[in-house]
Amino acid sequence: MELHVLLIFMICAAIVAIEVKDLLSSVIAVGAVGFALCLAFLVLKAPDLAITQLVVEILCLIILIRATINKDLPLVIEGRWIFNTVSTLGFIAVFLLFSWLALKELPSFGEPTMAVVKKYLQEGVSKTGSVNIVTAVILDFRAYDTLGEATVLFTSVIGIMAILRRPGRKKRE
Amino acid sequence: MIDNPKSGMTLIVKTITRLTIGLILLFGIYIILHGHLSPGGGFAGGVIVALSFVHLMLAFGKDVAAARISKNMASNLESIGALMFLSIALLGFLGGSFFLNILPKGTPFNLFSAGIIPLCNIAIGIKVGVGLFAIFLALVVLEKSK
Repeated sequence: MELHVLLIFMICAAIVAIEVKDLLSSVIAVGAVGFALCLAFLVLKAPDLAITQLVVEILCLIILIRATINKDLPLVIEGRWIFNTVSTLGFIAVFLLFSWLALKELPSFGEPTMAVVKKYLQEGVSKTGSVNIVTAVILDFRAYDTLGEATVLFTSVIGIMAILRRPGRKKRE
Repeated sequence: MIDNPKSGMTLIVKTITRLTIGLILLFGIYIILHGHLSPGGGFAGGVIVALSFVHLMLAFGKDVAAARISKNMASNLESIGALMFLSIALLGFLGGSFFLNILPKGTPFNLFSAGIIPLCNIAIGIKVGVGLFAIFLALVVLEKSK
Protein backbone atom coordinates (compact mmCIF):
# COMPACT_ATOMS: atom_id res chain seq x y z
CA MET A 1 0.00 0.00 0.00
CA GLU A 2 2.69 2.53 1.02
CA LEU A 3 4.74 1.39 -1.95
CA HIS A 4 1.92 2.22 -4.38
CA VAL A 5 1.46 5.68 -2.87
CA LEU A 6 5.21 6.28 -3.18
CA LEU A 7 5.29 5.06 -6.78
CA ILE A 8 2.35 7.31 -7.77
CA PHE A 9 4.07 10.22 -6.03
CA MET A 10 7.31 9.50 -7.90
CA ILE A 11 5.52 9.38 -11.26
CA CYS A 12 3.74 12.68 -10.53
CA ALA A 13 7.00 14.34 -9.45
CA ALA A 14 8.77 13.08 -12.57
CA ILE A 15 6.00 14.52 -14.78
CA VAL A 16 6.28 17.83 -12.90
CA ALA A 17 10.05 17.79 -13.39
CA ILE A 18 9.63 17.40 -17.13
CA GLU A 19 6.79 19.88 -17.63
CA VAL A 20 7.66 22.79 -15.34
CA LYS A 21 9.29 25.81 -16.95
CA ASP A 22 11.57 26.96 -14.12
CA LEU A 23 14.88 25.09 -14.03
CA LEU A 24 15.29 25.26 -10.25
CA SER A 25 11.78 23.87 -9.67
CA SER A 26 12.58 21.04 -12.06
CA VAL A 27 15.75 20.15 -10.11
CA ILE A 28 13.79 20.16 -6.84
CA ALA A 29 11.16 17.87 -8.38
CA VAL A 30 13.93 15.46 -9.40
CA GLY A 31 15.11 15.57 -5.80
CA ALA A 32 11.59 14.67 -4.64
CA VAL A 33 11.74 11.61 -6.88
CA GLY A 34 15.04 10.61 -5.29
CA PHE A 35 13.82 11.00 -1.72
CA ALA A 36 10.67 9.01 -2.52
CA LEU A 37 12.93 6.29 -3.92
CA CYS A 38 14.83 6.35 -0.61
CA LEU A 39 11.56 5.83 1.28
CA ALA A 40 10.61 3.05 -1.14
CA PHE A 41 13.88 1.26 -0.32
CA LEU A 42 12.98 1.57 3.37
CA VAL A 43 9.53 0.10 2.75
CA LEU A 44 11.14 -2.79 0.85
CA LYS A 45 13.39 -3.53 3.91
CA ALA A 46 16.72 -2.41 2.45
CA PRO A 47 18.08 0.14 4.96
CA ASP A 48 21.67 0.09 3.66
CA LEU A 49 20.52 1.03 0.17
CA ALA A 50 18.23 3.70 1.62
CA ILE A 51 21.13 5.37 3.45
CA THR A 52 23.30 5.30 0.33
CA GLN A 53 20.47 6.65 -1.80
CA LEU A 54 19.81 9.47 0.69
CA VAL A 55 23.44 10.59 0.86
CA VAL A 56 24.06 10.38 -2.89
CA GLU A 57 20.76 12.16 -3.57
CA ILE A 58 21.71 15.08 -1.30
CA LEU A 59 25.14 15.38 -2.95
CA CYS A 60 23.66 15.26 -6.46
CA LEU A 61 21.01 17.84 -5.53
CA ILE A 62 23.64 20.23 -4.18
CA ILE A 63 25.74 19.85 -7.33
CA LEU A 64 22.69 20.23 -9.62
CA ILE A 65 21.37 23.30 -7.79
CA ARG A 66 24.83 24.86 -7.77
CA ALA A 67 25.07 24.18 -11.50
CA THR A 68 21.66 25.59 -12.36
CA ILE A 69 21.93 28.78 -10.30
CA ASN A 70 24.53 31.20 -11.55
CA LYS A 71 23.99 33.96 -9.03
CA ASP A 72 23.44 33.69 -5.30
CA LEU A 73 19.83 33.56 -4.19
CA PRO A 74 18.71 36.68 -2.33
CA LEU A 75 17.48 35.96 1.19
CA VAL A 76 14.18 37.74 1.88
CA ILE A 77 13.70 38.30 5.60
CA GLU A 78 12.18 41.76 5.93
CA GLY A 79 8.71 41.89 7.49
CA ARG A 80 8.41 38.12 7.94
CA TRP A 81 10.23 37.51 11.19
CA ILE A 82 7.14 36.26 13.06
CA PHE A 83 6.44 33.62 10.41
CA ASN A 84 10.13 32.65 10.24
CA THR A 85 10.46 32.27 14.01
CA VAL A 86 7.25 30.26 14.35
CA SER A 87 8.14 27.92 11.48
CA THR A 88 11.67 27.40 12.82
CA LEU A 89 10.35 26.57 16.29
CA GLY A 90 7.78 24.22 14.73
CA PHE A 91 10.43 22.36 12.76
CA ILE A 92 12.64 22.06 15.86
CA ALA A 93 9.70 20.64 17.83
CA VAL A 94 8.88 18.10 15.11
CA PHE A 95 12.55 17.06 14.88
CA LEU A 96 12.85 16.58 18.64
CA LEU A 97 9.59 14.59 18.80
CA PHE A 98 10.62 12.22 16.01
CA SER A 99 14.15 11.76 17.34
CA TRP A 100 12.72 10.92 20.78
CA LEU A 101 10.42 8.32 19.20
CA ALA A 102 13.28 6.91 17.12
CA LEU A 103 15.72 6.69 20.04
CA LYS A 104 13.14 4.77 22.08
CA GLU A 105 12.96 2.13 19.35
CA LEU A 106 16.71 1.49 19.13
CA PRO A 107 17.90 -1.90 20.45
CA SER A 108 19.96 -1.71 23.61
CA PHE A 109 23.74 -1.75 23.40
CA GLY A 110 25.39 -5.14 22.85
CA GLU A 111 22.29 -6.93 21.59
CA PRO A 112 22.49 -7.16 17.80
CA THR A 113 19.19 -7.36 15.98
CA MET A 114 20.54 -9.47 13.13
CA ALA A 115 20.83 -13.19 13.82
CA VAL A 116 23.68 -13.62 11.31
CA VAL A 117 26.00 -11.62 13.58
CA LYS A 118 25.92 -14.30 16.25
CA LYS A 119 26.87 -16.92 13.67
CA TYR A 120 29.85 -14.82 12.55
CA LEU A 121 31.05 -14.37 16.12
CA GLN A 122 30.71 -18.02 17.09
CA GLU A 123 31.99 -19.75 13.97
CA GLY A 124 34.35 -17.12 12.53
CA VAL A 125 37.61 -18.65 13.71
CA SER A 126 36.72 -22.25 12.90
CA LYS A 127 35.33 -21.46 9.45
CA THR A 128 37.97 -19.05 8.16
CA GLY A 129 41.02 -19.64 10.37
CA SER A 130 41.44 -15.88 10.84
CA VAL A 131 41.76 -14.70 14.44
CA ASN A 132 40.90 -11.09 13.60
CA ILE A 133 37.12 -11.20 13.23
CA VAL A 134 36.95 -7.99 11.18
CA THR A 135 39.28 -9.43 8.56
CA ALA A 136 37.31 -12.67 8.62
CA VAL A 137 34.13 -10.77 7.78
CA ILE A 138 35.48 -8.39 5.13
CA LEU A 139 37.71 -10.90 3.33
CA ASP A 140 35.79 -14.14 3.71
CA PHE A 141 32.10 -13.81 4.57
CA ARG A 142 31.66 -10.49 2.74
CA ALA A 143 34.58 -10.64 0.32
CA TYR A 144 32.32 -9.75 -2.59
CA ASP A 145 31.62 -6.35 -1.01
CA THR A 146 35.35 -5.79 -0.57
CA LEU A 147 35.87 -6.55 -4.26
CA GLY A 148 33.31 -3.85 -5.08
CA GLU A 149 35.01 -1.31 -2.84
CA ALA A 150 38.39 -2.09 -4.36
CA THR A 151 36.84 -1.53 -7.79
CA VAL A 152 35.51 1.86 -6.66
CA LEU A 153 39.00 2.93 -5.54
CA PHE A 154 40.53 1.63 -8.79
CA THR A 155 37.99 3.57 -10.86
CA SER A 156 38.58 6.78 -8.93
CA VAL A 157 42.36 6.51 -9.43
CA ILE A 158 41.82 5.96 -13.17
CA GLY A 159 39.53 9.01 -13.26
CA ILE A 160 42.02 11.25 -11.47
CA MET A 161 44.84 10.08 -13.75
CA ALA A 162 42.69 10.74 -16.82
CA ILE A 163 41.68 14.24 -15.69
CA LEU A 164 45.10 15.40 -14.49
CA ARG A 165 47.34 13.95 -17.18
CA ARG A 166 49.23 16.08 -19.65
CA PRO A 167 47.23 17.39 -22.60
CA GLY A 168 46.90 14.69 -25.20
CA ARG A 169 48.77 14.56 -28.48
CA LYS A 170 47.81 17.21 -30.96
CA LYS A 171 46.23 15.94 -34.12
CA ARG A 172 48.73 16.10 -36.98
CA GLU A 173 47.85 18.74 -39.54
CA MET B 1 70.02 14.55 -5.99
CA ILE B 2 69.17 13.52 -2.42
CA ASP B 3 71.56 16.00 -0.81
CA ASN B 4 70.61 18.89 -3.04
CA PRO B 5 69.92 21.73 -0.58
CA LYS B 6 67.76 23.58 -3.09
CA SER B 7 64.92 21.08 -3.23
CA GLY B 8 62.78 19.90 -0.34
CA MET B 9 62.86 21.00 3.27
CA THR B 10 65.74 21.79 5.64
CA LEU B 11 68.59 19.51 6.69
CA ILE B 12 66.90 18.67 10.01
CA VAL B 13 63.79 17.37 8.30
CA LYS B 14 65.84 15.40 5.78
CA THR B 15 67.92 13.72 8.49
CA ILE B 16 64.89 12.72 10.55
CA THR B 17 63.15 11.48 7.41
CA ARG B 18 66.17 9.34 6.52
CA LEU B 19 65.98 7.74 9.97
CA THR B 20 62.22 7.18 10.18
CA ILE B 21 61.07 6.39 6.66
CA GLY B 22 62.29 2.81 6.71
CA LEU B 23 60.53 2.19 9.99
CA ILE B 24 57.26 3.65 8.65
CA LEU B 25 57.45 1.46 5.54
CA LEU B 26 58.25 -1.59 7.66
CA PHE B 27 55.30 -0.85 9.96
CA GLY B 28 52.98 -0.63 6.94
CA ILE B 29 54.20 -3.99 5.66
CA TYR B 30 53.79 -5.48 9.14
CA ILE B 31 50.18 -4.22 9.33
CA ILE B 32 49.43 -5.77 5.93
CA LEU B 33 51.04 -9.15 6.67
CA HIS B 34 49.49 -9.49 10.13
CA GLY B 35 46.03 -8.40 8.97
CA HIS B 36 44.45 -11.72 9.97
CA LEU B 37 46.06 -11.76 13.42
CA SER B 38 45.96 -8.20 14.72
CA PRO B 39 43.89 -5.06 14.02
CA GLY B 40 44.57 -3.54 10.65
CA GLY B 41 44.69 -5.18 7.27
CA GLY B 42 45.17 -4.35 3.64
CA PHE B 43 43.52 -0.95 3.57
CA ALA B 44 45.15 0.48 6.70
CA GLY B 45 48.57 -0.96 5.89
CA GLY B 46 48.37 0.25 2.32
CA VAL B 47 47.62 3.77 3.50
CA ILE B 48 50.69 3.65 5.79
CA VAL B 49 52.88 2.49 2.89
CA ALA B 50 51.52 5.32 0.74
CA LEU B 51 52.17 7.79 3.58
CA SER B 52 55.82 6.76 3.76
CA PHE B 53 56.27 7.70 0.10
CA VAL B 54 54.34 10.93 0.64
CA HIS B 55 56.72 11.64 3.53
CA LEU B 56 59.67 11.10 1.18
CA MET B 57 58.17 13.45 -1.35
CA LEU B 58 57.43 16.19 1.19
CA ALA B 59 60.92 16.08 2.69
CA PHE B 60 63.12 15.66 -0.39
CA GLY B 61 61.05 17.23 -3.13
CA LYS B 62 59.06 15.58 -5.84
CA ASP B 63 61.96 14.47 -8.05
CA VAL B 64 63.39 12.02 -5.50
CA ALA B 65 60.05 10.35 -4.85
CA ALA B 66 59.19 10.25 -8.55
CA ALA B 67 62.54 8.55 -9.18
CA ARG B 68 61.61 5.80 -6.69
CA ILE B 69 58.19 5.11 -8.23
CA SER B 70 57.27 6.70 -11.54
CA LYS B 71 53.73 7.28 -12.66
CA ASN B 72 53.75 4.39 -15.12
CA MET B 73 55.14 2.02 -12.51
CA ALA B 74 52.45 3.17 -10.07
CA SER B 75 49.73 2.50 -12.64
CA ASN B 76 51.17 -0.92 -13.45
CA LEU B 77 51.50 -1.91 -9.79
CA GLU B 78 47.95 -0.82 -9.05
CA SER B 79 46.60 -2.86 -11.94
CA ILE B 80 48.66 -5.83 -10.74
CA GLY B 81 47.15 -5.52 -7.26
CA ALA B 82 43.60 -5.37 -8.61
CA LEU B 83 44.18 -8.33 -10.94
CA MET B 84 45.77 -10.32 -8.12
CA PHE B 85 42.73 -9.79 -5.89
CA LEU B 86 40.38 -10.74 -8.71
CA SER B 87 42.38 -13.85 -9.64
CA ILE B 88 42.40 -14.99 -5.99
CA ALA B 89 38.64 -14.62 -6.08
CA LEU B 90 38.39 -16.57 -9.33
CA LEU B 91 40.66 -19.35 -8.00
CA GLY B 92 37.83 -20.18 -5.64
CA PHE B 93 36.08 -21.76 -8.60
CA LEU B 94 38.57 -24.65 -8.34
CA GLY B 95 36.70 -25.62 -5.19
CA GLY B 96 33.28 -24.74 -6.50
CA SER B 97 32.34 -21.13 -5.76
CA PHE B 98 33.51 -17.51 -5.93
CA PHE B 99 35.92 -16.46 -3.12
CA LEU B 100 36.06 -19.96 -1.68
CA ASN B 101 38.91 -20.46 0.79
CA ILE B 102 40.71 -23.25 -1.07
CA LEU B 103 44.04 -23.15 0.80
CA PRO B 104 44.44 -25.06 4.09
CA LYS B 105 43.38 -23.09 7.15
CA GLY B 106 46.36 -23.96 9.37
CA THR B 107 46.35 -23.42 13.10
CA PRO B 108 44.98 -20.13 14.43
CA PHE B 109 47.45 -17.47 15.71
CA ASN B 110 50.13 -18.63 13.24
CA LEU B 111 51.41 -16.22 10.59
CA PHE B 112 50.81 -18.76 7.82
CA SER B 113 47.17 -19.54 8.48
CA ALA B 114 43.67 -18.60 7.34
CA GLY B 115 44.10 -19.74 3.73
CA ILE B 116 43.63 -17.00 1.15
CA ILE B 117 43.05 -14.14 3.59
CA PRO B 118 46.72 -13.04 3.88
CA LEU B 119 47.05 -13.14 0.08
CA CYS B 120 43.95 -10.96 -0.25
CA ASN B 121 45.44 -8.57 2.29
CA ILE B 122 48.70 -8.33 0.34
CA ALA B 123 46.81 -7.66 -2.92
CA ILE B 124 44.66 -4.95 -1.34
CA GLY B 125 47.72 -3.46 0.35
CA ILE B 126 49.59 -3.12 -2.95
CA LYS B 127 46.52 -1.68 -4.64
CA VAL B 128 45.61 0.86 -1.95
CA GLY B 129 49.17 1.96 -1.22
CA VAL B 130 50.20 2.51 -4.82
CA GLY B 131 46.80 3.92 -5.76
CA LEU B 132 46.79 6.61 -3.07
CA PHE B 133 50.41 7.50 -3.83
CA ALA B 134 49.52 7.73 -7.53
CA ILE B 135 46.71 10.18 -6.70
CA PHE B 136 49.14 12.32 -4.66
CA LEU B 137 51.76 12.11 -7.42
CA ALA B 138 49.23 13.11 -10.04
CA LEU B 139 48.00 16.06 -7.98
CA VAL B 140 51.55 17.31 -7.29
CA VAL B 141 53.56 16.52 -10.40
CA LEU B 142 51.09 16.55 -13.25
CA GLU B 143 49.52 19.80 -12.11
CA LYS B 144 52.87 21.63 -12.36
CA SER B 145 53.88 20.17 -15.70
CA LYS B 146 51.49 22.22 -17.81
